[in-house]
Amino acid sequence: MKEMSFEKAMDKLEKIVGELEEGDFSLDASLKKYEEGISLVRLCREKLDKAKQKVERLMRDKKGDLKRSSLDMDPE
Amino acid sequence: MVETKKAHIYTVSGLTRDVRMLLDTTFPEVWVEGEISNFHVPSSGHCYFSLKDSGSMLKCVLFKRSSSRLRFNIEDGMHVLCFGRLGVYEKQGQYQLYVDIIEPKGKGALYIAFEQLKEKLQKEGLFDEKHKKSLPFLPGRIGIVTSGTGAALKDILKVLGRRFSGVGIMVYPVKVQGDDAKYEIAEAIKAFNDHNKHNRDPGGESGAVDVLIVGRGGGSLEDLWAFNEEIVARAIFESDIPVISAVGHEIDFTISDFVSDRRAATPSAAAELAVPEKTVLMDRIGSLNLKLDSTIKNIFDRSRARLSELSESYVLKEPVNVILQLEQQVDEYARRIFTEAEHYTDIKKSMIDIAAGRLRALSPLSVLERGYSITFKDGKTVKNARALKPDDRIVTRFAEGRSASRVESVKSD
Repeated sequence: MKEMSFEKAMDKLEKIVGELEEGDFSLDASLKKYEEGISLVRLCREKLDKAKQKVERLMRDKKGDLKRSSLDMDPE
Repeated sequence: MVETKKAHIYTVSGLTRDVRMLLDTTFPEVWVEGEISNFHVPSSGHCYFSLKDSGSMLKCVLFKRSSSRLRFNIEDGMHVLCFGRLGVYEKQGQYQLYVDIIEPKGKGALYIAFEQLKEKLQKEGLFDEKHKKSLPFLPGRIGIVTSGTGAALKDILKVLGRRFSGVGIMVYPVKVQGDDAKYEIAEAIKAFNDHNKHNRDPGGESGAVDVLIVGRGGGSLEDLWAFNEEIVARAIFESDIPVISAVGHEIDFTISDFVSDRRAATPSAAAELAVPEKTVLMDRIGSLNLKLDSTIKNIFDRSRARLSELSESYVLKEPVNVILQLEQQVDEYARRIFTEAEHYTDIKKSMIDIAAGRLRALSPLSVLERGYSITFKDGKTVKNARALKPDDRIVTRFAEGRSASRVESVKSD
């Protein structure tokens, strides 16, 4: 499930909420859906919650190799 | 016979040379306006054409070293202005204009070049919708090709930080004007694509990039010209990474804008296209979470109510173990809801316990366990002694087991 894209996870979550609200499922089935919904909430929040990343710089050096470094730039 | 006095007798070469020197000194620099005809470029690479108007024509030559600086293609019928010097091609006794500068009359050379390239690439299909890729909804890492020192980069970083702080950002600084700019811009786009080939996981530590912003701030047509160059257009077209072009101001449209996957009016607008707003998404998740919790609580309440009804009617017909099973289910559900919902709902443990406890209290079995018994006559419960008379056969159910009896006597309260 972790492979799911954010968009797909959100869509699935909306769908489950809709089903729970509309449907007349047994308590068992409802709980299963609820649990799936909660996992999706957790997954979506994880995907949004990124720690502050450094702004990086990509360049080719004299030999033609790609090099990553950090960019001296204050984004604020 | 009239003897004419002969002045100096020229040789052909001599006369031609003198004419040449005369023209050299009289017309060392001229601007001439006319219409191009008979334009051709033989294998030498030099351009030969005539400039004509309604009355006359002038042979012209544009040597290869000057033509390489041309920004547009010369075509018959074009109205142009030529700057150069008049000279004589002595071998053929032909006077001609040696052209240094040629530009289209009316529209600028740049504009003509723009139109020509736009038409050419459009015919090739580089601008077709079917080649345009969609942008990722939530990119893990954004690549930026722009000047390292310009305002454009600052604007992009500011907007990205405001909308979605923490998103990965990688910048390849380039010149954005001047003759080298087109090579650097094209190279930067290729570099990001090469980088991705060795780093499969977008947004992860590996550093792959899943959308590019290519652009610069506002300027004149000359300033923006690099983004109208064919080499840049082809680099954008060949990019596997989706490209948002962001060149200049609202009203500027460059070839890069036509060939890229999305066009933004400004660098800031490009940043807005690249990422969604984190707070908006967080709010949406939060409200879905609340709905989940309140819905499951409603379902639980409904089940509790239904279970109460069922318990009361079941005791008349079903054996004891069914009631025990139902009670066990309620306990199980209560446990599961509590375990899963512990962090996510506002259903407090005490509420669940109370609910479960009430259920148990409602259950007829717990009543029986306290010593009460139920009396049945003809399958129906007896609530009132007046329903019985002596010699009636009755069944008494206890918490454990039952007995059959015959009524001896009856007494009302």
